[in-house]
Amino acid sequence: MATLNHFLILSGVLFAIGTAGVFLRRNLITILLSIEIMLNAVNITFVAVGRYLGTVDGQIITFFVMTVAAAEAAVGLALVIALFRHRETLSPDAFTSLKW
Amino acid sequence: MLAPIPLLPLAGFVINAFLGRRLPKTVSGGLACLAMLGAFAVSVLAVLQARGAPEHFIQQTLFQWIASGDLKIPVALRVDPLSSVMILVVTGIGSLIHIYSTAYMHEESDGEYARYFSYLNLFAAFMLVLVLGSTFPVMFVGWEGVGLCSYLLIGFWFRKPSAADAGKKAFVVNRIGDFGFILGMLILFIEFGSLDFQRIAWAVSARAPELSMGVVTVATLLLFLGATGKSAQIPLYVWLPDAMEGPTPVSALIHAATMVTAGVYMIGRNAVLFQHAPITLGVVAGIGVATALMAGTIGLVQNDIKRVLAYSTVSQLGYMFLAMGVGAYAAGIFHLYTHAFFKALLFLGSGAVIHALAGEQDLRNMGGLKKALPITYWTFLIGAIAIAGVPPLAGFFSKDEILWRTFSGGHTVLWTIGMVTAFLTATYMFRLVFLTFFGDRHGHDHGHGEHLHDAPPAMALVLIVLAIGSIVAGFVGIPHALGGGNRIEAFLEPSFEAHAQAPDNPEFQVVQGTPGTPRLEGRVERAHEADTQTELLLMGVSTGVAIAGIVLASYFWLRNRAAATRVARSAAPVYTLLLNKYYVDEIYDALIVQPIKGVSTLVLWQGVDAALIDGTVNGVGRLVRASSDTLRRLQTGSIRAYAASLFFGVVVILGWYLWR
Repeated sequence: MATLNHFLILSGVLFAIGTAGVFLRRNLITILLSIEIMLNAVNITFVAVGRYLGTVDGQIITFFVMTVAAAEAAVGLALVIALFRHRETLSPDAFTSLKW
Repeated sequence: MLAPIPLLPLAGFVINAFLGRRLPKTVSGGLACLAMLGAFAVSVLAVLQARGAPEHFIQQTLFQWIASGDLKIPVALRVDPLSSVMILVVTGIGSLIHIYSTAYMHEESDGEYARYFSYLNLFAAFMLVLVLGSTFPVMFVGWEGVGLCSYLLIGFWFRKPSAADAGKKAFVVNRIGDFGFILGMLILFIEFGSLDFQRIAWAVSARAPELSMGVVTVATLLLFLGATGKSAQIPLYVWLPDAMEGPTPVSALIHAATMVTAGVYMIGRNAVLFQHAPITLGVVAGIGVATALMAGTIGLVQNDIKRVLAYSTVSQLGYMFLAMGVGAYAAGIFHLYTHAFFKALLFLGSGAVIHALAGEQDLRNMGGLKKALPITYWTFLIGAIAIAGVPPLAGFFSKDEILWRTFSGGHTVLWTIGMVTAFLTATYMFRLVFLTFFGDRHGHDHGHGEHLHDAPPAMALVLIVLAIGSIVAGFVGIPHALGGGNRIEAFLEPSFEAHAQAPDNPEFQVVQGTPGTPRLEGRVERAHEADTQTELLLMGVSTGVAIAGIVLASYFWLRNRAAATRVARSAAPVYTLLLNKYYVDEIYDALIVQPIKGVSTLVLWQGVDAALIDGTVNGVGRLVRASSDTLRRLQTGSIRAYAASLFFGVVVILGWYLWR
């Protein structure tokens, strides 16, 4: 029987994987995907806690998160395409001119 | 009834100041003269009305100016015998000088001409406020206003650096005196709870002399400091000779006849107060006579015609302060009044000479003008005789009254110095006459020797009127010893005494005893009680001294000029000392101006301003810049670095909440 703790651990693991991906991967698209993983890790937490408490609030907020994530993905991918056209690369290290 | 007296010249000022540039000279000059003549007419009516009034004064309250707690200052104008004399002098002599100016300033452009007359009218307005004000603050408004006009008119030709500097000098020196005046005023308010002349006089005369005498002494000394500034006495006289940079009619009006007498008037106005401060009176007399002597000696050797007259003015003002200091207030005001005639005449005469010689002011380049400028010569001569003190001209009566009152008051030393000064006065005035009008013209290589023109009609008329005034003005004060009634003294006397009753004001709280007759122990006895024989003898002496001075001058500068040069050479150190005006300007420069400049430069400018204030401001700037130089390195531009710092920041904050 899966308890709340199982879901929370799963969520934590997914969140850690996403975070590591954001820090370690050198491709902007992968980084975006990692962010999606982080968001969904949080979604799992919401749903699990909602179920645990017997309310639908967790599911409602998850829909909000998914909507925002969709919009974010659209904007993010558009930016990635624009950046690629500009520099012919997707490495985040190539886009550090906005400094000092 | 009284308001038009200062308001008419003020209206003239407003019109000329705002429209003057578009008005032709006849209109702007005529307007200014009319304003003054109108003020004179109203003044005459007011004086007649005041004479008929029960207590010999009329007062008009225009409006409440300041009402704050105990301090109530109405703008009230008051004509009593003392201010009667003053308004008649200011508007009368003032009108004449306005008329003279229409011709003297005729070469200026329309705009400059109107500017000149607007200043002149503004001056008259402020001077009338000064003499008509019935409280210290109202007087102070006029006091400061005439200072401003003096500054504006000294620096009238402001494109000339020396004129601009002279204006500034006059203003700055006067500020020192005005500071004393303000402090004196404040002390009087604290002590008496009022700033009304009458109430102060009444309150002080109601007190026993020993009560609060120290306070009164301090207050009157401070007021006298103000008077030394305005009336060019030691130690603040240095601005007046430099003030001769202004147009000559200005010198005549402001720096001889009216404004510089404000200090004398102020003491006369507060005679009861000063009477209760014997120490101050001693100081006033001492300073007055010292100034008279010092300025007289300087005037003996100066080579600029106007500067000689300026030192003469300083010297005569010294006489007036001597009179004030020995308690002969009426004599001082009498001398003020006669002096206004002959000194204005002398200045305007010198203006006619300067006008004829196209701006030449150096006595060494003059001479032999008697033939070319007959009107100027004769009127100037009358003025010179009058100031020298030869009977029966105006100067004799007033000067002799002062000397007699000094002598009969027991101040023999002061009297002796006064006599020496009278001798000097006669000498330097006739030196001026002989150098200007007699002998040969020196340095007449200017090419205008042939077509010298005497004063134009407007100027000649004024000179003649003033000359007549210089002859007859003294007859109002013929002393009892000569069979006269000394009417001016009897006329003025009520102004120098406190009223027997309290001023009609229930709010007036400072009652410390029943007001009795004013205490006037220090006052010298009335002339008719004194020894007539001695008085006649002294008159003979002073006439002799005046004539001796004239004779000496005629020997040195008429018959034997070589002798004058010889004497100057044999007493070279003294001569140089006098020629350089005792080096007072240099001493002031070394003792006051340079130290202030040094402190300002080293401490205030380089120390406080540049180092402290600028250092703080720039230091803050530098600090921000240096720290941001370091901190901005954090902004690497790498998104992952930002993300990492964000993440670890969240971890740290959450950790803080979870584990604390």
